[in-house]
Amino acid sequence: MTMFRTIKELVEMAENENIQISEVMIRQEMDVKEKSREEVFADMEKNLEVMEKAIEDSLQGVESVTGLTGGDAVRIQEYMKEKTPLSGNLLLDAVSKAMGTNEVNAAMGTICATPTAGSAGCVPGTLFAVKNQLNPTREQMIRYLFTSGAFGFVVANNSFISGAAGGCQAEVGSAGAMASAAIVEMAGGSPQQSADAFAITLKNMLGLVCDPVAGLVEVPCVKRNAAGSSLAIVSADMALAGVTSRIPADEVIGAMYRIGKQMPSSLRETGEGGLADTPTGRLLKEKIFGMSV
Amino acid sequence: MKYNSVFDIIGPVMIGPSSSHTAGAARIGKAARNLFGKEPTWARIHLYESFAKTYKGHGTDFALVGGLLGFETDDPRMSKALDIAKEKGMEVEFIEDNSAANHPNTVRMLIGNEKEQQELVGISIGGGKVEITELNGFELRLSGNHPAILIMHNDRFGAIASVTKILAKHEINIGHMEVNRKDVGKEALMVIEVDQNVDDAILKELQSADHIIQIAKIVS
Repeated sequence: MTMFRTIKELVEMAENENIQISEVMIRQEMDVKEKSREEVFADMEKNLEVMEKAIEDSLQGVESVTGLTGGDAVRIQEYMKEKTPLSGNLLLDAVSKAMGTNEVNAAMGTICATPTAGSAGCVPGTLFAVKNQLNPTREQMIRYLFTSGAFGFVVANNSFISGAAGGCQAEVGSAGAMASAAIVEMAGGSPQQSADAFAITLKNMLGLVCDPVAGLVEVPCVKRNAAGSSLAIVSADMALAGVTSRIPADEVIGAMYRIGKQMPSSLRETGEGGLADTPTGRLLKEKIFGMSV
Repeated sequence: MKYNSVFDIIGPVMIGPSSSHTAGAARIGKAARNLFGKEPTWARIHLYESFAKTYKGHGTDFALVGGLLGFETDDPRMSKALDIAKEKGMEVEFIEDNSAANHPNTVRMLIGNEKEQQELVGISIGGGKVEITELNGFELRLSGNHPAILIMHNDRFGAIASVTKILAKHEINIGHMEVNRKDVGKEALMVIEVDQNVDDAILKELQSADHIIQIAKIVS
């Protein structure tokens, strides 16, 4: 079996065989690792369990060592109980669970990187929010992760998925776009609609820099996962409505790569530019590490 | 392709906060330990670019040392690795190096004990995936996707054949192979990525082959 290198190839493989994107990914993984379907599923289920546990932990309330992040996931859940959120329950639930996952990460808890730790909230946050409306089987939830992984696989091999290499567009941009594609599949959309949802999210994340305050995966990382997860749901709805991306997904990935290459290192996870270099950002760093910038 | 598994993207399960700066760093530390073949008693760790600027916030320091102690990326002891190393008497020094590096997340690890030392350069390319780019002055490219054997040997005719003959006898297929030497007739390094795991009995056989100095195994 040949490996897919592009989103176009991935979608064509699914269409030609009349299978889902997740199935293309599962078959490739079985082939590469020489494992059975059951083994590959079991490996992915372990990741799903870690994601579920991280969200549960976050809803008990967590706080990072620095005190910069934590507690917002709980805050949002309480607001949802007391008021009717303007952006809708499903969307805000995803935001809460995405932020919660990253709060656990910032507090040095256990998470599953998707594709990275800094962007680990988008895929599980959307999954566990969409779940309440779509009522998927456990297998469909595991497939959600394979679909996300299939799109992330193409990004990682053609561009980058780390903030140090390509800015936050490569992390939360990729994560949100991966989640969009998986939501579409779970909601019964076509492989091409998954690709369109992916492209729409990534287009809207292009240019996003990685500028963590004090170099910590906290500010603005936790809230960027709120942006990535909410955009993921909106893009999925757009694609399911029949909206297509004028620029094909592979070309969006190419644009992301070139933009990342043009980013100065101060905006690629060095904690030197952007929000890290604001008066408050510098003050926080000084307070945390006891040194001036 | 740099990434060949869906679990490079969905995974690893890890202790936060950063896949490249924490999980990736732990994996580089673990690779250094595996190549050294035992726990080092000291480590001098040079950090470059993003690693140098943000290692404290990302826990890159404890993760590298956690790897040297043999911890996996999801080991709950990870964030206490510096204290654990201290208790064990491992001397650790971090150097923020301003020299240019080819990759923003680069670390050079000098580790050793009272008898021997080893120098390794690793890069963390994202999502917890790492590459070892240099070992004891030899450039190399290890994807980490397959089990690999590293063989330090003397640059003599027949050294390579004696190794491949043993692997062939045990029906082990070579996926990728590189040979480097410092100079004609001097120390050389063979890097062999194989499809199956190589058990200790075969390693012992390789160790006693002609012109072989030292052997290390990396399991993906």
